[in-house]
Amino acid sequence: MKRPQILTRAMAVTVATLCAASASADPDEDSLTINGEIEIMTEAAAPAHLDDVDTIYSGWRFRSDETQSMQMDDFDNPAMIFVEAAAEAWDQVEGTEGKSCGTCHDDVDNMRGVRAVYPKWSETAGEVRTLEHQINDCRENQMGADSWNYTGGDMAAMVGLISSVSRGLPVNVAIDGPAQSTWEMGKELYYTRTGQLELSCANCHEDSYGLMIRADHLSQGQINGFPTYRLKNTKLNSVHGRFKGCVRDTRAETYKPGSTEFIALELYVASRGNGLSVEGPSVRN
Amino acid sequence: MASGVKPRVKVPKTAAAGEAITIKTLISHKMESGQRKGDDGNIIPRSIINRFVAEFNGQNIIDVTLEPAISTNPYFQFEALVPEAGEFHFIWYDDDGSVYETKKSINIA
Amino acid sequence: MTLTRRNLLILGAGTYAFTTLAGVPAFANLTDDAIASLTGGAEMGEGAITLTAPEIAENGNTVPVSVDAPGAVEITLYADGNPVPSVATFRFGPLSASSSASTRIRLAGTQNVVAIAKMEDGSFQIAKANVKVTIGGCGG
Repeated sequence: MKRPQILTRAMAVTVATLCAASASADPDEDSLTINGEIEIMTEAAAPAHLDDVDTIYSGWRFRSDETQSMQMDDFDNPAMIFVEAAAEAWDQVEGTEGKSCGTCHDDVDNMRGVRAVYPKWSETAGEVRTLEHQINDCRENQMGADSWNYTGGDMAAMVGLISSVSRGLPVNVAIDGPAQSTWEMGKELYYTRTGQLELSCANCHEDSYGLMIRADHLSQGQINGFPTYRLKNTKLNSVHGRFKGCVRDTRAETYKPGSTEFIALELYVASRGNGLSVEGPSVRN
Repeated sequence: MASGVKPRVKVPKTAAAGEAITIKTLISHKMESGQRKGDDGNIIPRSIINRFVAEFNGQNIIDVTLEPAISTNPYFQFEALVPEAGEFHFIWYDDDGSVYETKKSINIA
Repeated sequence: MTLTRRNLLILGAGTYAFTTLAGVPAFANLTDDAIASLTGGAEMGEGAITLTAPEIAENGNTVPVSVDAPGAVEITLYADGNPVPSVATFRFGPLSASSSASTRIRLAGTQNVVAIAKMEDGSFQIAKANVKVTIGGCGG
């Protein structure tokens, strides 16, 4: 097993050199207002628990003007196609109990604020839950309907709808109390190198944000904009789907979407963005 | 009919007589280019929207021919004259013969 | 030369470079052919048509482009590096307020986007824009 190790080192050096050699390009100075009315904080002072970062930036600030502008108007944002479909699903009665989301929650606007505090400790479940888990909990236990695939289209669209009504509110996930141990597990994962490339989340998104990784402008890996419509696959992408892609790119076996590890990582990464506005559904490359 | 196709249009509700207004349209469609291969290694057949027409009170505003190089969820923005109150009619033509339509009315302020 | 794995790799790389080089002019010719059949080989003017496209596109899947040619009855867009160069044709009707339109297009790689406007008097105008299509660092 000697050869792969040498290869890995060589690659790590190459990655480092490429990053160092390319022109440093910090986040741009653009500001984001959606539909001319929703002010989005794309920059904020780092939350107290972050030691190595002073300022946090939304991924929006690292994208080209063209990609940025697609998010500035809901009509130009292709993610809204999916949000509109979810708005119909919201009032769709499904399952054995004859209920829709709207039966209990009435108008989806009542969900304003929800996205901002998830993942969140659930007293009844005795664990930290993501918004996806909560949606499936409602479907199974309130509606008597089938659960949705964690990273499936229906789920991403519903998370997008619920996020959309919280846009502009600051992300504010709780990291203390009963959530603390999960948060610490997430932090551990964030700083653990994985895969043949031996890269941790922090190597790219804390140490190297603003640099180019090949032709890509590295962001801080904030998740305040999720779910996100990506130009590369023209669909809504979930947080755990994105985590999976990132971890896979370190050439590691990934955790599963919905797994304990990814829940913990989501809580931790969300907490790194405490203070940025909820922005989802966003548009990224 | 391709599944999940849904047209969206953005038109102001009112305009002054003779005013030029901006119209935006977006339709959810895969726009399968006919260039991609599926998991089985075979070419996925082309399936796109090949024509888009916008009219106002029966008169043409724009007539667009689309090729596979138009992105997924085709988006258009253009300008129309509004001579009087009336109705916009937007029509998308699919390779498979389906026709998707939507209408929007506008008042003169 | 014995066919070691290394040599095979080199061979493979060489073949790839060759086909790529050979491919570009072929596509460019397709575009020239398409333009010639549109204009009938007529001389094309410049300056009365504006084509707006990003210098660098973050993803070739969705590249915003706009065209504006006051007095044009028709504008056709081409992408000279795509396997099929035609992109779209806009025909402006009597209730069109301006001979302009915006859309989002697919570009297979770095290439020229070409816009040809057919003017009211039957003459043609041409504008080109080079768009660099970047490849993301992270496939993730």
